[in-house]
Amino acid sequence: MNIFDIVGPVMVGPSSSHTAGAVKIGYVSRKLMGEDIAEAEILLYGSFLATGNGHGTKYALVAGLLGMKPDDENIPNSFDIAKAKGMKLTFGAAKLKEAHPNSVLMNLVGTSGKQLQVVGESLGGSLINISKVDGLSANFSGEHPTLIVHNQDQPGHVAEVTSMLSHKTVNVATLQLYRESRGGHAVMVLECDQEIPRESLQWLEHLEGIEKVTYYSLLED
Amino acid sequence: MAFKKLAEIVEISESKGIPFWKVVQEEDCTEESISAEESFEKMKEILGAMRDADRNYKSELISKSGMAGGDGQKVREFNEKGSALVGDFISSVIEKAVKMGESNACMRRIVAAPTAGACGVIPAVLLTYEESKNERKERIIEALYVAAGIGEVLAESASIAGAEGGCQAEIGSAAAMASGALTYLEGGDNETIVNAVALCIKSILGLTCDPVAGLVEVPCIKRNAYGGVNAVVSAHLAMAGVKSRIPVDEVIDAMGRIGHLIPACLRETGQEGLATTQTAQDFCEKLMYTLS
Repeated sequence: MNIFDIVGPVMVGPSSSHTAGAVKIGYVSRKLMGEDIAEAEILLYGSFLATGNGHGTKYALVAGLLGMKPDDENIPNSFDIAKAKGMKLTFGAAKLKEAHPNSVLMNLVGTSGKQLQVVGESLGGSLINISKVDGLSANFSGEHPTLIVHNQDQPGHVAEVTSMLSHKTVNVATLQLYRESRGGHAVMVLECDQEIPRESLQWLEHLEGIEKVTYYSLLED
Repeated sequence: MAFKKLAEIVEISESKGIPFWKVVQEEDCTEESISAEESFEKMKEILGAMRDADRNYKSELISKSGMAGGDGQKVREFNEKGSALVGDFISSVIEKAVKMGESNACMRRIVAAPTAGACGVIPAVLLTYEESKNERKERIIEALYVAAGIGEVLAESASIAGAEGGCQAEIGSAAAMASGALTYLEGGDNETIVNAVALCIKSILGLTCDPVAGLVEVPCIKRNAYGGVNAVVSAHLAMAGVKSRIPVDEVIDAMGRIGHLIPACLRETGQEGLATTQTAQDFCEKLMYTLS
């Protein structure tokens, strides 16, 4: 833990887990989408659902989806800003199995029609975990540039991705692999120490057996 | 490598012949691979954000739940009337702490120190000191490093999360951090600083986290004022030469053990204590109705 996690962060209240963490989940989701959000179905779970109203969790999530960070003083006005931008919002309760008490499931549609489903957990102290992307496990913190590749479960895809990273001198901090079933859908999640060039991501998208490439960058749009 | 004991910071301070705050800063520089100037600049921004938050208090704001707002203004008016029971310093600490707690509840920008719920304690003490003693801002920044070092040990060896250790971990930690920082500003040496911390923590051991409706409002906002005053009392005792019979690191260990022994129903779950009083339950029902 860094001393600026102890004396800090600067954030909009009232709660690091229910407000700042929620903004961050929204923010990371917006970055994963890679374009503005046109529609969001926001389904709250556990303590987010029970105490979210008083903690401004909904405002916080929407603020994040609009690209705001946890210290943005416009967080309480996020509904008005979303309305002005024509962002469609619906809210409800999520049915999740064995989820963290502060969880949210969001079904998002981008301005180009691109779809994305994210499950985010707020772990406390404004730390978060993106536990699922498009229904498959992901588990990353949003503290590093993160590459999520959905692919068919067949030999060679991990090698393709890691050799591309090696070629671009990108160091892998963590690497996780999940699959639905042998030969079915698989996902790899790589947290990296450096940003991955855009053209490398495009190259990856066109490889056979790669179904979807999602990238979370720490750089501003 | 975070510090697990205050004794470690004191030992490095004494063997290297550098002040307490500098030890904390040097560790930050090593951890983050940044220069002392860069680290100092970051802490300066934290102080700036605390000042802004203090200045930007809006007395007309009411929290989304309707439970919080306007009390800071009441304290300000009372203080201005000059009929306060306590001196100017404590009066100001109380006012600033309540205002900051309310700003947090009303979704204003604050500095979590160590948490959002306890965000009023440290600025209430340090900004009051800065204003009333006309202290140089560099020394207030140094005091923030002292607070950060104490907070780091508390996070490592006890807890700074209400859900893990009850309110002693939040308001208690903030008060302990503020008491050490204030003692530093008053010219206390390392031993006096850690004595203030020990005295401060001993007075809040076992404090539970049972807020109404799970919100950071009741009793959290007003507790910031008590935390601030506790910090001043502890620094005052320590500067007078009063010693804690139990060494500070043993006190912190006790705090950690007590935190784990506090039943889960009293650790930010809203299942007992103030949260389940009749009035709190009635309030929750109304809240669900009006906000859903």
